[in-house]
Amino acid sequence: MLPALKLRSLGVTLILWAAGLGVLWLLARQLDLSGMLRTYGGDIAHLVKQHLALAALSGGLAIATGVPLGIVLSRQSVARLSEAGMQFLNIGATIPTLAILALSMSWLGIGTQPAVFALWAVTLLPIVRNTIAGLRGVEPYLIEAGRGMGMTPLQLLIQVELPNALYVILAGVRTALAINVGTVPLAFLIGGGGLGELIFTGIDLNEPTMMLAGALPTAGLAVIVDFSVSLIAYYLVPRGVNPQR
Amino acid sequence: MIKLEQLTKVFNTPTRQVVAADRINMEVATGEICVLLGPSGCGKTTTLKMVNRIVTPTSGKVLIDGQDTTDMPTVELRRKIGYVIQQVGLFPNMTIEENVCVVPRLLGWDMTRARKRAAELLEMMALDPTTFLKRYPKELSGGQQQRVGVARALAADPPVMLMDEPFGAIDPINRATIQDEFLKLQKQLQKTILFVSHDIDEAVKMGSKIAIFSAGKLEQFDTPDNVLAHPAQPFIADFVGADRTLKRLGLIRVAEAMAAGAPSASADTDIARAKAMMREYGAGYLVVTSPGGKPEGFIHSGSDESSGGLCRDRCMRIAACVPATADLRAAVSKMFENNVEWLACVDEEGRYVGTLDQRTVTHLLGMTYAAQLKA
Repeated sequence: MLPALKLRSLGVTLILWAAGLGVLWLLARQLDLSGMLRTYGGDIAHLVKQHLALAALSGGLAIATGVPLGIVLSRQSVARLSEAGMQFLNIGATIPTLAILALSMSWLGIGTQPAVFALWAVTLLPIVRNTIAGLRGVEPYLIEAGRGMGMTPLQLLIQVELPNALYVILAGVRTALAINVGTVPLAFLIGGGGLGELIFTGIDLNEPTMMLAGALPTAGLAVIVDFSVSLIAYYLVPRGVNPQR
Repeated sequence: MIKLEQLTKVFNTPTRQVVAADRINMEVATGEICVLLGPSGCGKTTTLKMVNRIVTPTSGKVLIDGQDTTDMPTVELRRKIGYVIQQVGLFPNMTIEENVCVVPRLLGWDMTRARKRAAELLEMMALDPTTFLKRYPKELSGGQQQRVGVARALAADPPVMLMDEPFGAIDPINRATIQDEFLKLQKQLQKTILFVSHDIDEAVKMGSKIAIFSAGKLEQFDTPDNVLAHPAQPFIADFVGADRTLKRLGLIRVAEAMAAGAPSASADTDIARAKAMMREYGAGYLVVTSPGGKPEGFIHSGSDESSGGLCRDRCMRIAACVPATADLRAAVSKMFENNVEWLACVDEEGRYVGTLDQRTVTHLLGMTYAAQLKA
């Protein structure tokens, strides 16, 4: 891509960021931010760690299972199975997150385990879907060229298919993780911990400051995760197939 | 050498069986380019792809250098065959260097050797290695990409190459250039090549042999000149075009057709002597050359010799010269362009080497038909 275009897209990103931070700053001005930190600072620090642990564990598991699943479902030999598999995942995605939490609690009890399972289930679909879309989007003639040159199916997957699908796959991961971090507060409802503790308790006690002490870090974390993944994608996707470079 | 024996491919569709290649037999000698030619859907690409088993043959054999490839592991077989496709198929995620190194790496070469080979090949393809090795395919023009595609196929120096309409996606001007470059390269490399095309002009230019396909059958397998001069069937005659005899002109070099021994005079030659030379040789004209051997003009048999004098006094301008390395198509075109019946032929330095006249050309093209009539 031309340097001018790169600069422009960078400029747009910066402007959006500045706008977002501005809104946060305005919100914070309405609040007694230092008072909030004094009262809830310890809780926030502790809960952010818990929150991130939940997100990392469930998100990591979702990537570790979603990408291989997407690879399997994108193979020509399982074309029939892949339709059924995608249907299953799509139906799964229509179940509200709260319902999934409730279901996983009825099965796994309360605590971290059911929370991680539910978050994993919510995060899985975008990753699988984008992995399949990315791999199917690889031009058939590239695959033919690779086969014709004598690559084994595994070599073809690693050297040609995955690198060319990586941008789309990572876009799925980015969406999935942002959703994941934003959904973690619900884990509190089944005893999973996380910033949901401040949010829901704040709501119950009609204590807006407490609620915001949970909500603001959650929003911040979602933005940071989204940005980090896009940064990783920027450097991880080879320059030849990276529309941003 | 590539040999196809009774090679057959039948595709099973839900409604019927389609015979894409029907008992194809042919043999391409080492160092030859065999062009598989025909309309789309005729089976030429299927036949090509059965050689590296992108398409699995239903029956029949492919032999490479006498060795039956049927039992060879597919992956191993493919690494020994250079493969160029129409869409080029450079991997966009890899640099040019990485692309060219793919097969050497698959074969387990160490990186230094593979890199060295890549640089060498780009050099061969008239692409500057320092500029191009680290670039990505999207940063190259179509013609440059196709050159890299050929370089990649040549990387492990395979004895056999399969080229599926390799220059089909390039604009006509660049195509002609890249064809010429490739032919020049092939002269040194002497690969055995199967080359799919649907363009008769490309086939005539590139092929040492042409295989014409129709509806899955190999209909004619012959030299380009024979395909053009003696199409085996009316459909082939149609396919190669009503101007097929003119296309044959492209197959003959001026040097092969010209009268190399035609005498010449210098500006200082006496006109009477020049006319005697002309009569002796039996031509109606005589080229007058400069001291450096370049054609300067000519005198013709109607020149008046009674008043004596030297050639320079009667010398007429030569309308056009043609390089001896050009093909007859260019030469005849020049004749028509200048409204003349003969041309002076020159070598690379522009020195006179002989003459080419229209009668010779006509006779040369007609010879093959006369032989047929006699037989």
